[in-house]
Amino acid sequence: MTDAPASQPVVRVEGLVAGYDGNVLLQNINFSVNRGEVFVILGGSGCGKSTLLKHMIGLYEPMAGHVFIDGNDIVTAEGDARRAILTKIGVMYQSGALFGSMTLLENVRLPLEEYTGLDEEAMNLIARMKLKLVGLEASCGRMPSELSGGMQKRAAIARAMALDPGILFLDEPSAGLDPITSAELDALILRLSRSLHITFVIVTHELQSIYAISDRVIMLDKRAKGIIAEGDPKVLRDTSDNPWVRQFFRREAEPETEAA
Amino acid sequence: MSTVATEPAARAAGLALGDAPDGSRVLSLSGRLDSYSIAAVWREARAAVASASNRRVLIDATAVDYCDGGGIAMIVDLLRQPRGADAAITLRGLKPEFKTLLDQFDPRTFEAPAASPAPQTRTVEELGRATAQLFRDMRTQVAFVGETSSALWYAFTNPSRVRWKDVWYECEQVGANALPIVTLISFLLGVILAFQAAVPMRQFGAEIFVADLVGLAIIRELGGLMTAILLAGRSGAAFAAEIGTMKVNEELNALTTMGLDPVRFLVVTRMIAAILMVPLLSLYANLVGVLAGGLTMLSFNIPLVTYLKEVDSIVDLKDLLAGMVKTPVFAVLIAGIGCLRGLQTQTGASGVGISATRAVVSGIVLLVAVDGIFAVIYYILDI
Repeated sequence: MTDAPASQPVVRVEGLVAGYDGNVLLQNINFSVNRGEVFVILGGSGCGKSTLLKHMIGLYEPMAGHVFIDGNDIVTAEGDARRAILTKIGVMYQSGALFGSMTLLENVRLPLEEYTGLDEEAMNLIARMKLKLVGLEASCGRMPSELSGGMQKRAAIARAMALDPGILFLDEPSAGLDPITSAELDALILRLSRSLHITFVIVTHELQSIYAISDRVIMLDKRAKGIIAEGDPKVLRDTSDNPWVRQFFRREAEPETEAA
Repeated sequence: MSTVATEPAARAAGLALGDAPDGSRVLSLSGRLDSYSIAAVWREARAAVASASNRRVLIDATAVDYCDGGGIAMIVDLLRQPRGADAAITLRGLKPEFKTLLDQFDPRTFEAPAASPAPQTRTVEELGRATAQLFRDMRTQVAFVGETSSALWYAFTNPSRVRWKDVWYECEQVGANALPIVTLISFLLGVILAFQAAVPMRQFGAEIFVADLVGLAIIRELGGLMTAILLAGRSGAAFAAEIGTMKVNEELNALTTMGLDPVRFLVVTRMIAAILMVPLLSLYANLVGVLAGGLTMLSFNIPLVTYLKEVDSIVDLKDLLAGMVKTPVFAVLIAGIGCLRGLQTQTGASGVGISATRAVVSGIVLLVAVDGIFAVIYYILDI
């Protein structure tokens, strides 16, 4: 759990410019995420949601700007300072990214083995408790390949929580899941947020999930190369003047270009 | 009263042991209980609870400032320890914000070991499984040989249906791009052979016969075999990895559901490229190896012309053909094994690596075995 007081942002993005090979994909990105929030980054395909997330967790180096995690800049941090920042966050990737050669218990235990001096019995107990939190305690000894997509994502959340980070980043948690499994995952996120006060930063474009779990959203748009809206998603849906925001929330297709 | 405190000071987790007036053992936890800082405290607390198995134990968490999942796990671990009938273990003083997390776990449900022991497989059962796997592999290989032969025959009778663009690309990968390594290895082979033979032969004044040895050994045997072994490591592994990755990415399924035969698409092109390139590379390796031997003999005062004349006198067309006839067979083995292992790739991160390794190992073993068969046939036919 993070030590930041409730009023202080636990994640702050300042003047971020992101892109590939000299092409700017996102520019002038500024926002912050408060402790305990379920914060959603949304937008259409190709608008740079996952790219932004990967900059926030330090996988990509921005063209300009800073990302502060608990007040520490992950962009400039190196060595032990960077490792210290990374222990404050947990990440669930779109595919789950569980290690295929390890059981679920071993997957969750891995960060504990690397970062703590706990004995094996203690690490096993912590790993089992994390798996119980996501409803997978009975599957401790199973391999990732034996699990459904939804179970893999839940196990990935358990692994991300192994060291009790205060902030969890989830990349497209609902992608590829049926509506029931997706709703179960939403319920899990809400339960973890409410009971453990974990801050969630979630990338998604699933409207049902956005309405169900988010406290606040930012919306990215590839035409604007940046943030075009910020706030409560239901308020944005009902009151936004921005045609792109309305188009997204009303699920309207782009008008087709007629042939000359 | 003993106390354990862990580093660093800012994260200190503490444990103080004492006795209550009613005779209970008291474990007073304090400070910050998180996964990074509780290892020593946890061990000490577990030992203290175990040593007081016949007394009541009170865990006092009043002085705990912070407690995350690791700290909660420690408390659960202490609460679940087996106790005597009148030796209950109780917890008091844990702050409500931490109690909420603790309430999600019932210590009694964590008594059983997490991982079930690996199933004990009996030797006979293992033997049976291995034998069944062997027969499955053999059936797969026979089916693969049949499918590939059929696809090659189809390509031979319908050359316009062959994806020649892919064939030329594979030719570049297998042939042109392998030239530097083939040059290096065959040159060194020629140098080593000549040098190792020349030193003892010089004692008998027979240095000139090094040309016979190098010429015959390289042209009949080593030029083709070394080239094939090199390509098994280089191109065979590449074929297995490429096709294996395609299988993992479901590209093979995509081909199948489009009604396109993966063997015709992927195996035939690689097979044709290998059949075209391996003989050419072998011929080139022969040339480089023999020349390298000649250059080495210069240091033994044997002129290059003399060396080449001696090679010419001992090596005839029959020897060259004996060496070259094997190379298309080697090519079929290299491409066939590489592609087969790729098609057999299992899912998972290690699947492609295992396929590439199997392609190289079984490729090299088969090459040497087939070369031995050729040697026996040549001996019987007196070639």
